[in-house]
Amino acid sequence: MRAAGLMEAGALLYARDVKLAFRRWEQVTQPVVFFLMVTTLFPLALSPDTAQLRQVAAGVVWVAALLSALLALEFMFRSDYEDGTLEQLVLCGQPLWWLALVKAAAHWTVSGLPLVVTSPLVAASLAVPGEAQWTVVASLALGTGILSFLGSVGAGLTLGVRRGSVLLSLLVLPLAMPALIFGARAVDMAIMGDSGRGPLMLLSAMLILSVTLGPFATSAALKVSME
Amino acid sequence: MWIWFHKLASPPHFYRIAGRVIPWFGWPALLLILFGLYGGLVLAPMDYQQGEGFRIFYVHVPSAIMSMFIYSIMAVAAGIGLIWRMKLAHAVAAASAPIGAWITFCALATGSLWGKPMWGTWWAWDARLTSELILLFLYLGYIALRSSIEDPQRADRASAVLALVGVINLPIIHYSVVWWNSLHQGSTMFNPGAMSIQMKWPALVMLLGFMLYYGAVLFVRLRAEVIRRERNAAWLREELGQ
Amino acid sequence: MSLSEFFYMGGYAEYLWPAYGLVLAVLVYNVWSARHALKEARRNAARRLQMEETRS
Repeated sequence: MRAAGLMEAGALLYARDVKLAFRRWEQVTQPVVFFLMVTTLFPLALSPDTAQLRQVAAGVVWVAALLSALLALEFMFRSDYEDGTLEQLVLCGQPLWWLALVKAAAHWTVSGLPLVVTSPLVAASLAVPGEAQWTVVASLALGTGILSFLGSVGAGLTLGVRRGSVLLSLLVLPLAMPALIFGARAVDMAIMGDSGRGPLMLLSAMLILSVTLGPFATSAALKVSME
Repeated sequence: MWIWFHKLASPPHFYRIAGRVIPWFGWPALLLILFGLYGGLVLAPMDYQQGEGFRIFYVHVPSAIMSMFIYSIMAVAAGIGLIWRMKLAHAVAAASAPIGAWITFCALATGSLWGKPMWGTWWAWDARLTSELILLFLYLGYIALRSSIEDPQRADRASAVLALVGVINLPIIHYSVVWWNSLHQGSTMFNPGAMSIQMKWPALVMLLGFMLYYGAVLFVRLRAEVIRRERNAAWLREELGQ
Repeated sequence: MSLSEFFYMGGYAEYLWPAYGLVLAVLVYNVWSARHALKEARRNAARRLQMEETRS
C-alpha cells in the first residue's frame, strides 16, 4: 500500500463529504428554506412597496444569507466528531490544514452554493433590478465562501460544547461583519446603478485571506478540541 | 536568567511576588489618574472649536488606546501559552479579558457621549466605531468561549486560538481613519503635529495611569487565577494559613 | 473659573460628567471585582483543602 498524495486525499475527502451531505438531504435544504422564509418576512413586516423594498434589499439578502450559512456551519464537523471520523482525520498523517481546507470547501459546496443559486430568486422578490442580479450572486458567492472558511475556525473551537450553536454564532458573527459590510455595499451600489467592483474586490481579498489562513487556525482549533 | 524566569512562573513564587508588586502599580496609578484628571479638567486650555466639551478626550482616548493595548497583551499571552504551553501565560490572557472588555465599553460609551454634542448623533456606523464595537464582541466571545468549555486546559487553548484569530481587527481599528472617509477624526495621539503638547499632556498622563492601573488589576486577577488552577496543596495550605 | 462654571463646563456638562463618571465607576468596579475574585478563589481553595483533609 502506498500513502495517498495530497491531491488524492483531498479529492477523496471532498467527494465523501459531498456525497454524505446529499444523503442527509435536509441538511442541504434546510438553510435554503430558511433563507427563503427569512427574506419573505421583510416584505410582510415592512411594506410590499417596491421602492421601499429596493432600499433595504441589499441588507436583507445579505443578513438572511449570513444567518442561513451560520445555521449550516455547526454541521461541518459535528457528525465526524460524533462517530470518530474526525479523530481518524487528525491522526491519518495528512497535513491537517489541508484536510480542514478541503472540508471547508466541501461545506461551501453543499451549504453556500445552494444559497448562491437561490439568491437571484430571493433578490427578485425584493424588487432588485435585473442589472444588479449578477452583483448579488457574485457578492454572495464570495461572502458565503468567506463564512465557510472563517466559520470553520469557530466550528472547530466549539466542538462538543454545550449550546455550541449559539456560541458558534457569537464567535463567528463579529468576524463576518466586515464581509457583510462590503457585500451589502456592493449590492446596494449595483441597485443604484453604480458598479459594485470596489467592494467586490475587497471581498475577494477577504476570501483569499480566509482560504489561506483559515485552515491553519481551524487545524489548531481541531487539535485543541480533540485533545 | 532562565532560572529566574522559571522561578517566577512557579505558582507559589508568582503569587507572593505579585502580592508585593501590586501596590507599586496601584498607588502610582491612582496618583497619575488623579493628576491627569486635574490636568484635563482644569489646567488644559479649552478647544477652539469644541470648547469645554473637548475634555471628554481625556477619558475617551486613553480608554480606546487601552482597549487595543489590552487585547494585544491578551493575544500575545495566548500565543505564548499555546506555543510554549505556559499556564501562567494562559492565566494572563484570561485575567486580561474582563478588564479589556470593560475598557472597550468605556471607549464606546465616552465616544458616544462625545459624539452627541459634536456630531449630533449618539452613534454612526463608520469604520472606526464599527471595528471598536467588533472588538467588544471579540472580548465577549472570548469570555463566552472560556466559560463554556469545562476542561480548563482545553478552555485555555481554544480561547487562545480565538484570541489570535481576532488580532486582525486591531490594525483595522487603528488604520480605519486613514483608509476610509471616516466620521471619526484622524489620529491625534500618534500624529506629532496634530495637537499641542499643552492639550496633549493630560491624556498621556491618564494613559500612563491607565496602564499602571491595568497592571495592578491584572496582577490581582492573576493571583486569583493561580490559586484557582493550583492543585498542589502544600504551598496553598501554607499561604491560606491552614 | 468659578466652581459653578467648572460644573457647567460651557454647556457640555450633561455629556462630560456622565462620561467621566462612567469611566471612574468602571475603574472602581474593576478593582472591586478583581479583589472579590481573589477572595473567592482563596475561600474556595481553603474549603476544598479542608474537604480533602477530612476525607483522607
